[in-house]
Amino acid sequence: MPAAIEVRDVHKRFGELQALSGIDLEIRQGEFFGLLGPNGAGKTTLISVLAGLARADRGSARVMGHDVRADYRAARRSLGVVPQELVFDPFFTVRETLRFQSGYFGVRDNGAWIEEVMRHLDLASKAEVNMRALSGGMKRRVLVAQALVHKPPVIVLDEPTAGVDVELRQALWQFIRRLNRDGHTIVLTTHYLEEAEALCERIAMLKQGRVVALDSTANLLKRVHHLFLRLRLSGELPGELRPLEHGSTAEAHILRLKGFEDVEQALACIRKAGCRIEEMELMQPDLEDAFVDVMQRS
Amino acid sequence: MSGFPTLLYKEVLRFWKVSTQTIGAPVLTAVLFLFIFSHVMEGRIRIYDAVPYAAFLVPGLVMMSVLQNAFANSSSSLVQSKMTGNIIFVLLPPLAYWEFFAAYVLAAAARGMVVGAAVLLVTLPFVEIEFRRPLWIIAFAFSASAVLGSLGMIAGIWAEKIDQVAAFQNFFIMPLTFLSGVFYSIHSLPAFWQGISHFNPFFYMIDGFRYGFFGVSDVNPFRSLAVVTAFLGVVSAITLTMLKSGYRLRH
Repeated sequence: MPAAIEVRDVHKRFGELQALSGIDLEIRQGEFFGLLGPNGAGKTTLISVLAGLARADRGSARVMGHDVRADYRAARRSLGVVPQELVFDPFFTVRETLRFQSGYFGVRDNGAWIEEVMRHLDLASKAEVNMRALSGGMKRRVLVAQALVHKPPVIVLDEPTAGVDVELRQALWQFIRRLNRDGHTIVLTTHYLEEAEALCERIAMLKQGRVVALDSTANLLKRVHHLFLRLRLSGELPGELRPLEHGSTAEAHILRLKGFEDVEQALACIRKAGCRIEEMELMQPDLEDAFVDVMQRS
Repeated sequence: MSGFPTLLYKEVLRFWKVSTQTIGAPVLTAVLFLFIFSHVMEGRIRIYDAVPYAAFLVPGLVMMSVLQNAFANSSSSLVQSKMTGNIIFVLLPPLAYWEFFAAYVLAAAARGMVVGAAVLLVTLPFVEIEFRRPLWIIAFAFSASAVLGSLGMIAGIWAEKIDQVAAFQNFFIMPLTFLSGVFYSIHSLPAFWQGISHFNPFFYMIDGFRYGFFGVSDVNPFRSLAVVTAFLGVVSAITLTMLKSGYRLRH
């Protein structure tokens, strides 16, 4: 069984900017995969190489075993891309937009599937509305629908929830999860790390055109050994604990600790200072911590 | 199945949906040209001895509309798609570069010929025109509009802003059209400018097109068709090379 996505030693330069410097990546069929990294890390360039929108200077990329250059027709048929930019064609209605997109992929008489996609994305009532008249959130849904009209086995979503309200985000993830359960491979880039943590089984972190971490989400979280202690005290935080403070707010102090053994020590220190603990919470590291950790170390 | 028929249909529907602007406006412009020029010039000039000026002018105006609208269709569609970013919708599907080319050029030719036919239809009640060699009329209308559709693609792919397309149109397409004999027979020009006109490929488009109406022309229509076909071959080859390389479309 070929990998859903296989990228080997891909380099890409735009003028002075080295956007990708030797990316190697393999995403298995059926995975829910996250592609994370700060702005300019090369996520969108990598997606562009996979989609044939950009051509790699070196290396190869395959989608479902089809080379994106030599066998571009099969590669593109296997891929659905939801672009990051909110783009649309102002000449057409929602239904026309979806019919055309289906036709470009050579899929005719696709009405039933188009109806189903529109229903799942809550677009049915807007089918005859011109694209220009839709709200930003609705346009985003149409972009998702456009990526799905030809039923691609691999779906890439480039920051699909940027600037989208909570309701749509929830609905969107429910639908994407269902597609993943039905066997579609999902590749997601997002700025919302909690989204990646909740959805992705495996994650690649990119920095300056390189993969700096590639592991299961659980393993990435395990790499971060520290934990956080959130405290609300009756008095001042004892001076000895001040160096451990990490992002405290007006109501609470947050201490960054190396491990569970430090918790005991911190509590003893507070007792000694005569402070009373009014509220206490122990927080496990999340993907954001792992992300910051990896970015700082790489 | 290929995505070509859908892309062609989409490109045709695109201009059809805004036909007041894409068909109505150029027809009005051509009709104004006809009334003003024929009013001012009538009786002063006789061309090929027997053809009155207004009758001579009509095929020229029709061809001018064909050329300008074929160019406008492919160039504006591409540059708008590039600027708004929705070009991605036709770059992601498995369309071959020659399917892409064929769809845009044929849609441009369709717009050129629809506008041309409309101009002709509107002027018929006012000017008596013959249709001596209708096949030549169709052959030149199609080949000329395909040339301009292809030139429009070159401009649309090359341009990064709307004003660059306008510059291409105003400094290249317009002068070549106006100097090709839309309003006059090149026999009325001094010998030097007659010679220069023979280097303008647009001259052969209009001259051959006129032959279809009157059965007379400045140049043998077979020679004109050969020149126009060769020119179509050259601009198509340039456009196809640009598309194949991904120039300014795939980075």
